[in-house]
Amino acid sequence: MTAAKPGSNHQRTIFICQGTGCVSGKSFDITAALSRAAKEQGLAGVNVDFTGCHGFCEQGPVAIVEPDGIFYSQVTVADVPEIVQSHLRDGKPVERLFYKDPVTGEAIPHHRDIKFYSKQQRIILRNIGRINPERVDDYIAMGGYESLKKVLKEMTPGQVIAEIKRSGLRGRGGAGFPTGTKWEFCHNAAGDQKYMVCNADEGDPGAFMDRSTMEGDPHTVLEGMTIAAYAIGATEGYIYIRAEYPLAVKRVRLALQQSEEKGFLGDNILGSGFSLRIHVKEGAGAFVCGEETALLASIEGKRGMPRSRPPFPANSGLWGKPTTINNVKSLATVPVIIARGADWYAATGTEKSKGTCVFALTGKIANSGLIEVPMGIKLREIIYEIGGGIPGNKKFKAVQTGGPSGGCLPESYLDQSVDYESLAAAGSMMGSGGMVVMDEETCMVDVARFFLSFTQAESCGKCVPCRVGTKQMLDILERICRGEGKPEDMDILQELGQNVKVGSLCGLGQTAPNPVLTTLRYFRHEYEAHINEKRCPALSCTSLTSYFILPDKCQGCGICLRNCPVGCIAGDKRMVHIIDQEKCIKCGTCLDVCPERFNAVLKVSGETIEVPAAPVPVTAGKPAAAAASQKE
Amino acid sequence: MSDITLTINGREVKANRGMTVLEAAQAADIYIPTLCHYPDLEPYGGCRLCLVEIEKMRGLPTACTTPAADGMVVTTGSAAIDSVRHASLELILTTHPCDCLECHRRHRCGPYDVCLRHVAVTDRCVTCPANEDCELQQVVDYVGVHKLRIPRDTRPREIDASNPFFTIDRNRCILCARCVRACQEITCIGTIDMSYRGYAMKVSTFGDLPLIETDCGSCGECMVRCPVGAMFPKDIIRPEREVRTVCTYCGVGCSMYLGVKDGKITGVRGVREGPVNHGRLCVKGRFGIAEFVNHPDRLTTPLIRKNGRFEEASWEEALDLVVARLGKYRGDEVAVISSAKSTNEDNYVMQKLARAVLGTNNVDHCARL
Ligand SMILES: Cc1cc2nc3c(=O)[nH]c(=O)nc-3n(C[C@H](O)[C@H](O)[C@H](O)COP(=O)(O)O)c2cc1C
Ligand code: SF4
Ligand code: SF4
Ligand code: SF4
Ligand code: SF4
Ligand code: FES
Repeated sequence: MTAAKPGSNHQRTIFICQGTGCVSGKSFDITAALSRAAKEQGLAGVNVDFTGCHGFCEQGPVAIVEPDGIFYSQVTVADVPEIVQSHLRDGKPVERLFYKDPVTGEAIPHHRDIKFYSKQQRIILRNIGRINPERVDDYIAMGGYESLKKVLKEMTPGQVIAEIKRSGLRGRGGAGFPTGTKWEFCHNAAGDQKYMVCNADEGDPGAFMDRSTMEGDPHTVLEGMTIAAYAIGATEGYIYIRAEYPLAVKRVRLALQQSEEKGFLGDNILGSGFSLRIHVKEGAGAFVCGEETALLASIEGKRGMPRSRPPFPANSGLWGKPTTINNVKSLATVPVIIARGADWYAATGTEKSKGTCVFALTGKIANSGLIEVPMGIKLREIIYEIGGGIPGNKKFKAVQTGGPSGGCLPESYLDQSVDYESLAAAGSMMGSGGMVVMDEETCMVDVARFFLSFTQAESCGKCVPCRVGTKQMLDILERICRGEGKPEDMDILQELGQNVKVGSLCGLGQTAPNPVLTTLRYFRHEYEAHINEKRCPALSCTSLTSYFILPDKCQGCGICLRNCPVGCIAGDKRMVHIIDQEKCIKCGTCLDVCPERFNAVLKVSGETIEVPAAPVPVTAGKPAAAAASQKE
Repeated sequence: MSDITLTINGREVKANRGMTVLEAAQAADIYIPTLCHYPDLEPYGGCRLCLVEIEKMRGLPTACTTPAADGMVVTTGSAAIDSVRHASLELILTTHPCDCLECHRRHRCGPYDVCLRHVAVTDRCVTCPANEDCELQQVVDYVGVHKLRIPRDTRPREIDASNPFFTIDRNRCILCARCVRACQEITCIGTIDMSYRGYAMKVSTFGDLPLIETDCGSCGECMVRCPVGAMFPKDIIRPEREVRTVCTYCGVGCSMYLGVKDGKITGVRGVREGPVNHGRLCVKGRFGIAEFVNHPDRLTTPLIRKNGRFEEASWEEALDLVVARLGKYRGDEVAVISSAKSTNEDNYVMQKLARAVLGTNNVDHCARL
């Protein structure tokens, strides 16, 4: 083995992200290549390790070298030799792989200086990206399972409940119900057998915070769940994970095994006399199975359909026994509250919404990814500081929070505080933490249609307002987007939406109209343009847009003609080309291929451009001629 | 024993613990419209018509699912309730033939009347097997829906006529799930369930097979609970009157009403108060009685064997012959076999004859199933 040069080969660990996003970017291969290269170079002090998701999936695969704190983005297998030789061996970080600020273009070497991270406050995600999720000792080294020990040795269930109540923790699964109060109900319910259930179904499209937590720090979920079970008096627990999360399932199963081996689970935990057994139940991936009563039905082997409450699960849950259901993030917060105290936790957030919340930030935003921020933060801070703003100099139009049934808030709400009450008052919700940013090219009617098409398809079908009401609303929205809207449609949508909200059985139907109702409230003019003028202001609804070749700009190059997939462009060399509007399928290819210096294809909505009936010789020789003809 | 007291629409109502708000209201003769509720099925909460307001409870809870509690203050009608109830009913009607339901002439319309509104024959209430026995008609009349503002979905849906006794016509199905719950909770077979999600939801069998190719026992418990004409017997004749009796097929002794018209059995209905069956019947009792009673092969007059051939005879002749022959035997020299296809009343008399008159306990009948 070659001895490394002194001073350059200190103890260094390179952590490669093995969250689902980075894994799809071949981070397994990168890890293997790094291990091999480090071995070949004989770097004894270098550790190659992996972590869960860092949240910055946009930049994946990512890696962090500690203790330097150097952050590498978009790493490939080809970059491995350079990282190993330059950084791990010679101590010289590879600048080329540094993250570049999307606004300033500046390369930022340190993880802590990247705005995406520096504005965040990580409680739930505290360990993710810093520990190997497949080693229980890593978790223990971060203080893991200390809270469980404290609870079992020093606290009664009543004291645990009181502490959680005092912390102000509210459920992170969407409804925001106070967690301590929920535990208290179940604790006080009469029953010989009680159950603790962890809701890890996470069915919102685009949401992946629960998955990241389970993949990146599974033990914190188990610790929180065990504390909860102790508080309510449950001896059996279920983790309901969707089967589409194989990595999360694998890591949770491994963590369960390790935790049992260490005596943190099973019979007579840590000699306390308290016993708990946790089972993993894989869900088949229906969105509605995230709803707590549907989830319980699914665990029982029935069709996943919600049922009316009362009776609440706290009194009659799984197999009719008192049951508590908590979201992954709610449970991941519990060990921290126990360790650092309710007062410490309650110091973050607003009066009624304490602590932090996790969002999956996506859409028209520079830095998409997973973020954790204190409650009460402004939407503007999330979008412009953490998110890095809207790419391509586009204008912000709306932000949708809370998943597919959240509301769309306009620019005037950017200084809105992010918390349960404020978002609800604005017609949106906290939900499970989806956040989709939209720019000026987004059509709000189409957005409402899109989200409703999801909730409609995912409705369980049990109750009439949701099953039929959302379908009728969707039909109307589709008609409006096709340019077949009628003036009375807006009133019908408003009234139907309100009735679906009030009349539906479960949260799915009760929130599904939100995107429609908020866009009607904040973007009414877009509906009016679609219905009254047959115009889509964002030029997004295909049926309402058309493409024209401007006679004064077309140079007759023929590129569009050759590329049009349906051959509906007429023209010849040096002849002005013309689109047959009847045959055009509005694919936009001609606009994309027309050379930028000619810029002869125009996309419009609600207007037509005068063009000759048949190709005529090109006149647009000089820019002056073009300008002159445009004036006519 | 009444042990709790509620206030419903300002009236004090006594109820039993364990009742739902709907049951408490019904016990006090307060009407709340329902479609998915059925007395012997678990609460479902799907049709959303039974919405009420309850003090200290959020939103509009459904009366059929909410347990009644002492001191509850319930209101069954308000502007908020009416709005949502009306909307739900309107939505149900978009998935059900409804032109007749909106029509004020429905009650006077006969099957041969010309429809002045040109409603398609298959859509007319008068051609529906459930006409005048339809809960949807009752609810529409109560809530008062006169015009749909949203379009009706008229796309044809599948009809399953494979079962010899009853048909499922999904064009009329309002997805109340009573049939599904009956098959699961009452029959405990679970042949039918809801399949698919959202608007695509429908009643179906495992693998969407025709009913006849499944483990369905054709008991018809599903069918009798259908509030509309989506599940109906293949033989429908409206009876003139009903006669209460006990099923003759087996030893269980299910109570039933035989529907009778022109001296013939038209159909069978379980007796809800029947102590052994609580209204339930099996395929034989529900669908097999009219058939054998009305069967052309059935004997309607006694036969006497003469020269090796059966010949029709009068009752006098037959009874004289029986008396003459039986008179030669005493006690256990005789055995009596009667028929399960006779009525229980006849069989009772038969064993009286054997024991009291002929003096033997050698009496049995064929229903040892
Ligand atoms: C349609 C629907 C989907 C839901 N999906 C989830 C989910 O995926 N994960 C989750 O934790 N909660 C979900 N919920 C919320 C749960 O019903 C429940 O409120 C939550 O799991 C309770 O946990 P908490 O108190 O810790 O938030 C969903 C609710 C509805 C109505
Ligand atoms: S609101 Fe929708 S998802 Fe919820 S029970 Fe009703 S139909 Fe099912
Ligand atoms: S939009 Fe597409 S189909 Fe229409 S003219 Fe251009 S290339 Fe052809
Ligand atoms: S007839 Fe009986 S067994 Fe068959 S589907 Fe109906 S309830 Fe089930
Ligand atoms: S067939 Fe009848 S009972 Fe079954 S769901 Fe449809 S309407 Fe209800
Ligand atoms: S009867 Fe209560 S919801 Fe249908």
